[in-house]
Amino acid sequence: MAATEKELRLRDSQLAQRKDAAAASERPGDPANAIECRGVTKRYDSSKAGLSGTTFTIRRGEFVFLVGPTGSGKSTLMRLLIKELEPDQGRILVAGRDLGDLTHKQLPFYRRNLGVVFQDFKLLPDRTVYENVAYALQVTGSSRADIREKVPDILRLTGLATKLHHYPDQLSGGEQQRVSIARAFVNAPPLLLADEPTGNLDPETSIGIMQLLYRINRTGTTVLVATHDSAMVDRMRRRVLELAEGVIVRDELDGQYAPTDMSTAEFGALLREPSPEPQRVAKKPDAGDDFDEAFRD
Amino acid sequence: MSIRFFTREAFRSISRNAVPSFAALASVLVTLLVLGVFIPIVQATTGAANDVRGQVIVNVYMKSDATAADAQRVRTQLTAIDGVKSVQYVSKGTSYAQERRKNPAAYDLLGSNPLPDTLRVTPKNPDNALALVSAIQPQTPGGGRTTIDPSIDSVGSSKDNTDKILTATRVVKLTTGLLAALLIIASVLLISNTIRLSVFSRRREIQVMKLVGATDGFIRWPFVLEAVILGALGAILAILLLGVMKVALVDPLVNDFALLSAPSTISFGLLVAVLLAAGIAVSAIGSAISMRRFLQV
Repeated sequence: MAATEKELRLRDSQLAQRKDAAAASERPGDPANAIECRGVTKRYDSSKAGLSGTTFTIRRGEFVFLVGPTGSGKSTLMRLLIKELEPDQGRILVAGRDLGDLTHKQLPFYRRNLGVVFQDFKLLPDRTVYENVAYALQVTGSSRADIREKVPDILRLTGLATKLHHYPDQLSGGEQQRVSIARAFVNAPPLLLADEPTGNLDPETSIGIMQLLYRINRTGTTVLVATHDSAMVDRMRRRVLELAEGVIVRDELDGQYAPTDMSTAEFGALLREPSPEPQRVAKKPDAGDDFDEAFRD
Repeated sequence: MSIRFFTREAFRSISRNAVPSFAALASVLVTLLVLGVFIPIVQATTGAANDVRGQVIVNVYMKSDATAADAQRVRTQLTAIDGVKSVQYVSKGTSYAQERRKNPAAYDLLGSNPLPDTLRVTPKNPDNALALVSAIQPQTPGGGRTTIDPSIDSVGSSKDNTDKILTATRVVKLTTGLLAALLIIASVLLISNTIRLSVFSRRREIQVMKLVGATDGFIRWPFVLEAVILGALGAILAILLLGVMKVALVDPLVNDFALLSAPSTISFGLLVAVLLAAGIAVSAIGSAISMRRFLQV
């Protein structure tokens, strides 16, 4: 009978745990947290790629990197955050609001509070640099005077003041990415998401883009950058979330951060330094597949 | 946002996407041109067929000794039959004069008038002509036929001829109706497919607009307006060409060809209105429907 008693106790504790988890996921959102993911799971039909039970919190004003190899769930997380996808389980809260509560009608208004930057820039090909940036303002119903004031400002900030009337196909990759950052930031959103913003760019141009993102972060905007360039991330000494097969395997502690009151130039210099060793939460056993084995002596 | 903004957007995308715009315009132009020629042809043919059917009458021949009073009585009886539109009395003398005019030599040879008094019965619906014949000549229990009045000699039931006329005109009407229906379906499909293609080629653009927080309406209206402009332009060009064709080809021939002057054909003004409305409506609806899929994200 002892065994039964043990089983009962085990079941009680499991129930209690489940209740805790349920309570946690029903806890109201804290507006001081820019992003809060609670046990977010997203699976695709065919492959493992997705997220499983991802939980993390990003405070307002943080600059956070999201790293991990291809297929680790970075883009899935980004697409969940812009609500292009719905999570299978768990909740995502942005500025304390549950994304699951947003209706199709409210979605555009949510996205206006979000700056989004992509690897492939996603500029409107039949519009000039100026018009591309202005479109983000026109969408919100801004007046012409407002647009005429803000757009040149933001383009000067991103170093595109001389390219106002160029079309995207007349610009280099780095310039196109600057336009896309200008468009993302022209509404002064509290949160900026960048999915592989330097994926198509050479290292020096990438540093320029990172500096620009850092400058935006210094205005108080929370910035989340997904990238697979972990070498650069390690040099930047910001908070790093590392995903592997949909699970967070590294969340570097606050103490590891570089000082936040650096100038943009200092920040750039930091990026050109050799990188420190990353600290992973639980080091995954170096499995090594058959291919590696074949080359071992 | 203002109509002015949407109109400017629509005109910009027409000029920046010249080839798909031209394809849409051309498909509207060509299909409406064909429709504009075909609609009056269908109507003239149907009108002519109806004219022929209108000539289907049932002749009721009186016995040679029947008096005018008999004829009057029979006439009342015939008028009472269901499905009879009108009954016309043609006396012996009138018939003789008519026939004699056609063939004087033959009637001179005859010397006397062999023609009976005739009642010409016009059925309400030409298809019922044969039923009418049976109604005037009800079947006796013995299997033979009698007439509704003893003073009736025979009923002109040129069964074969009536059948032929009815079948031939029915086939003509059905064929033209079917062709018209097919043509209209083909036009709708062609126009809406061309519009779909032009929307499809810009699905990325729509996606980007959604990402920067444009509401569905904000994205949709310029597209729909663009389709309306293209549809209207195509329709106006088609109407101009039709007008030239009418003035140059049809009008000079109207007096020589009965078919062209058939009173039942659509007036040019109405035709213009129908084509314009169809061109605009099909393009606009096609564009709105094909956009729906891309707006779901």
